[in-house]
Amino acid sequence: MSVTHLPNTHYANLLSAGSTPQMGSDASWLVSLRERASTEFAEAGFPAPRDEEWRYTNISAIEKNQFTLSEKAGEVDEALLDEVLLEGCHHLVFVDGFYQAAYSSLSGLPDDVTVMPLSEALNAIEEQQDLFKALLDSVVEEPAQGFINFNTALFTDGALVCIAENTSIEKPIQLAFISSKDGALKLTNCRNLIIAMASSKATVFETYTGYDDSCYLTNVVTEVVVEPNANLSHSRLQAESLKAYHIGGVYSRLEDNAIFQQCNYVFGAVLSRAEVHANLGVAADCTLDGLYVGQDHQHMDNHTRLNHSQPHAVSNEFYKGVMADSSRGVFQGRIIVAEDAQKTDAKMNNRNLLLSERAEVDTKPQLEIYADDVKCAHGVTVGQLDDAAIFYLRSRGADEQMAKNMLTFAFANEMVERISFEPLRMKVLDELLKRFPQNDMKKEWL
Amino acid sequence: MLKIEDLHVSVEGKEILRGINLEVNAGEVHAIMGPNGSGKSTLSYILAGRAGYEITKGRVLFHGKDLLEMSVEERAWAGVFLAFQYPVEVPGVSNIYMLKAALNGIRKYNDLSELDAMDFIGLVKGKMKDLDMDEKFLYRAVNEGFSGGEKKRNEILQMSVLEPTLCVLDETDSGLDIDALKIVSEGVNRLRDPSRAFVLVTHYQRLLDYIKPDFVHVLAKGRIVKSGGADLALELEEKGYSWVEEKLAS
Repeated sequence: MSVTHLPNTHYANLLSAGSTPQMGSDASWLVSLRERASTEFAEAGFPAPRDEEWRYTNISAIEKNQFTLSEKAGEVDEALLDEVLLEGCHHLVFVDGFYQAAYSSLSGLPDDVTVMPLSEALNAIEEQQDLFKALLDSVVEEPAQGFINFNTALFTDGALVCIAENTSIEKPIQLAFISSKDGALKLTNCRNLIIAMASSKATVFETYTGYDDSCYLTNVVTEVVVEPNANLSHSRLQAESLKAYHIGGVYSRLEDNAIFQQCNYVFGAVLSRAEVHANLGVAADCTLDGLYVGQDHQHMDNHTRLNHSQPHAVSNEFYKGVMADSSRGVFQGRIIVAEDAQKTDAKMNNRNLLLSERAEVDTKPQLEIYADDVKCAHGVTVGQLDDAAIFYLRSRGADEQMAKNMLTFAFANEMVERISFEPLRMKVLDELLKRFPQNDMKKEWL
Repeated sequence: MLKIEDLHVSVEGKEILRGINLEVNAGEVHAIMGPNGSGKSTLSYILAGRAGYEITKGRVLFHGKDLLEMSVEERAWAGVFLAFQYPVEVPGVSNIYMLKAALNGIRKYNDLSELDAMDFIGLVKGKMKDLDMDEKFLYRAVNEGFSGGEKKRNEILQMSVLEPTLCVLDETDSGLDIDALKIVSEGVNRLRDPSRAFVLVTHYQRLLDYIKPDFVHVLAKGRIVKSGGADLALELEEKGYSWVEEKLAS
């Protein structure tokens, strides 16, 4: 349940200003949807810490910062693009919330696979317009929390991905979201709609990046539908600037026998929230992997919700966190097993490593089980590096920092090694290795 | 090389070592034997620099330098190596990664250039062959899921790659079957060298059948109560530790 409080005037004003024409302002269905979302936001505003789901994450810094709406894409240099775009993928690139055709590459995409910006979908063939209309706001929770309404009211663009029935696409699709230098002090709202139709198979990545030291807000919502017997792998790499704010959600519906693997890698932003929700159909199979690695004063909130509403579904959740310095990690994992969801098999595991006395982790597994014939297991650990292992490594000649780095890296790398697509694995590995300053950990040895 | 002078060590207020004197020179093999609780393992850990011990009196010199003032890794760099009685499992860190970090740490300290990947792998594979170890061990996490014998063999592998000048072996024979004991002992004997010294800490004489010591010391109740040649180990084996303890009492 969301708890209402007075909406922040600055952000409420952004909704009513309407200075620039919005994407889809000539589509009446979209206009009315946006109006409804605006009204709800005007009433409830952003979530407050009083809301149980937000008790560990105070977003008052976002309210104080008074970010303004990004109105156009700024410049992005070649070097950053090279770093962001993964090899061997189709690319759809958004800068400051706007689609950039020049940076995108979709050649060789099969005919029965749709990958296009929402801004184009509105003027595309009827089938694609219908898809847009059908998917938008269809998977997110009701009532939507403030950031979702804010996004619905203001999204400037985003991706529409549709894999047709019985289609398997080998090459992953990367949706790259970049904040340019001009994106400083701006906020962007992107919306992604992904559907894997019956018996299809695909891999989609979302990556979030910005310039070092740039302060901005990314507020993104992804809605996912995995139809019967479809197999969708979805990974999300949040490598925003360390001064940025990132609120991101993946809301999914798994139909009968659907397979969905969702992986979350959190490295950037001074404050971030990653929300992953899945509603599981009969015998659906859902895997949630997560890794969050925080330093300095980073705050990383990971929120997952698995709704086992039908029988025979399986879920496997494994999140790992490494918190250094004064960083704070949050893991809230909720599993709801409905009365009819017999033979549910749900596993949840959250392991955390605290590297300093100032670091903090709040971990909260929540199991709500209303069915009687289910298997549910959860495990949570918060620990420190093993002194015996540090001593052993040092006694062999690794200096103390090196020994600690090796052990910390090993802890986190377990999640990295699970990534099967090599360019993504290397990218996540790079992000992880960046967290070991003055390190002599070299990729060639891993 | 190593000079221990009147070393007194306590753990949580309880005195474990009560005045150890020992001198080990390059090229020598010393066996330190003693019953359980005599302080053997404490002595090994003190040399390697494990935390949690209070040194109340005495000193330890290594090549004339105060060993006890050195950090754990400085000791390793300077040439001290402890083969653990219970080698520690390090999940997620591969053997090869640890070995390479260790060797390059030591080389750096001694002003040598770091070994590149090819040279390093070549070096390690050769040593593994000598110890009859499968190369797949290189890529496995350090000691994780290793059998007791594999762990001990891994210790000797590390020792032969890092080439320390002072090798302290803590109960290396425990958990080894006869074949493994032979392989491990051969590995140690291959490393015997006029510039290198060994301290074998052991409860049983068994290891000394394969690694012949120059000196045998009997440790009891925190003191070296008897020293002699290799024959002393045999005498101990025959008469048991109670023989020493009785003599001590009388």
